[in-house]
Amino acid sequence: MSTLAPVLPLDPETLREDFPILSVRLHGDVPLVYLDNAATTQRPRQVIQSLVDVYEKQYANVHRGIHWLSDQSTDLYEEAREKARAFINARHREEVIFTYGTTEGINLVARSWGGKNVGAGDEILLTEMEHHSNLVPWQQLAQERGAVLRHIPITDDGRLAMDALPALLSRRPKLVAVAAVSNVVGTINPVAEIARQAHAAGALVLVDAAQSVPHLPTDVQALGVDFLAFSGHKMLGPSGVGILYGRRELLDAMPPFLGGGSMIRRVKLDTFEPAELPAKFEAGTPPIVPAIGLGTAIDYLHAIGLERIHEYERMLTIRAHQVLQSVGGVRLLGPAPEHKAGIVSFTLEGIHAHDVAQILDRHGIAARAGHHCAMPLHKRLGTNASVRASFYFYNTLAEVEQLAAALVETKRVFRKA
Amino acid sequence: MPEPEDELYQENILEHYEEPYHRGHGAHPTHAHEDDNPLCGDVVRIELAVDPAGAIKDIYFDGDGCCISQAAASMLVERFDQKSVEEVKQFTAEDMLRLFGAKLTPNRQKCCLLSWRVLQSAIYSPVANNGQPTSDQPSAQKQRSP
Repeated sequence: MSTLAPVLPLDPETLREDFPILSVRLHGDVPLVYLDNAATTQRPRQVIQSLVDVYEKQYANVHRGIHWLSDQSTDLYEEAREKARAFINARHREEVIFTYGTTEGINLVARSWGGKNVGAGDEILLTEMEHHSNLVPWQQLAQERGAVLRHIPITDDGRLAMDALPALLSRRPKLVAVAAVSNVVGTINPVAEIARQAHAAGALVLVDAAQSVPHLPTDVQALGVDFLAFSGHKMLGPSGVGILYGRRELLDAMPPFLGGGSMIRRVKLDTFEPAELPAKFEAGTPPIVPAIGLGTAIDYLHAIGLERIHEYERMLTIRAHQVLQSVGGVRLLGPAPEHKAGIVSFTLEGIHAHDVAQILDRHGIAARAGHHCAMPLHKRLGTNASVRASFYFYNTLAEVEQLAAALVETKRVFRKA
Repeated sequence: MPEPEDELYQENILEHYEEPYHRGHGAHPTHAHEDDNPLCGDVVRIELAVDPAGAIKDIYFDGDGCCISQAAASMLVERFDQKSVEEVKQFTAEDMLRLFGAKLTPNRQKCCLLSWRVLQSAIYSPVANNGQPTSDQPSAQKQRSP
């Protein structure tokens, strides 16, 4: 082995063996290079098998039957809640609500907390780099209530302009809603610092953690945030399940979001009493098996270690910056790698992002092209669309180099090289 | 690696992309329409000069976007230069995909069909003398729905 080979914090080649889909070949015999992990990750066979096991041996509805199967399912479902609680270091299990994903989690807070606490003229503070799922629910609330939305601006290199925060907070917003990691430029935002300043100004803090929980250690108590939402499918779990964390006293004081079965203690023909937490926010049959699968995914991630995953993805990001900068015409969006998670977006001069992605696909490379559900951010960065490569621990340095080589080839197809 | 005789980026498509037919603005357009694909940001505007008999005397496009959307617009404008509004009405989405030639996935068909949609609307969108679209006044051509 060459002494120059970098020492990796984890062994991607061994981990890749757990992911059947990573060995598929496409377009004849081209190996898949999966660089679309910010959209959704792949699943290891352990997670897939856990879904099969539940369906084949332990599946029934939860919190309902007094029969054996229902007890089995309920135990597994609640075990998954406990795993999620420990994963983000929430203080209480009732603070961990199963949702259908990050989007539902944010909508739940906007509708339930916002519906009760936000009135005409009240301000909600967002940022210019939010995903549409952390913009539109607040726009809906603002329209309905006559509330005012303001946005923390970003710098030209895609970081929050923190020097603008004190003035924005002096307007006493009710809530600050911010992404922990930008889904486009990959910036890791200073959430703990934002929470500290926001609380001093009397505002609550909601974190869109869809791009951070899968990749970085998350401790909601250390961060000091009030709400935090994330999705299972971006962290090896099934789609259709996510988590909303909320501080217990806040969730207790909030009205139910969806009404139906499970979320009630008692129902009369014209009134109901809501159930205790967390059931109060889990109306109807929940995503039982996806939640259990998410629990298995958390076990898998825990076994690798989030610190190591973050460290490794940082290496991939640094390498990506190096090799992409050597391709003429590439403009990297966002800050330097030390401020980034494993998300690298760029444009290629004279070639539209969709055309780039189409040629990358010929090389087996799955990358995202477009505005990545962040149209205002792209406008701010002065481009309609970008190409996004987003990594997970099973990506390799060699794949990052394949991306650069395919971009050189893309330029050749478009006669730009 | 597959050779880049990429059917999608074949010679004539790249030529339309790099050296488009009538990209720009006509001198005296009588009709114009602009639209975009918000999902990808492709934009196409088409301007036409139509005489009272419905003949297209002049046709230009402008826009911004991927190779497919812009090359398709160029092909479409070339196809209908000196043709008639009546022929535009007869020209279906399937005709457009056929004109483009290369096989497209459903997602990229939207790119190709953007200019077709814009042209189908443009023939019903007369412009005032200052070049801006008028209010919802029906044009001479707007006698029946497309």
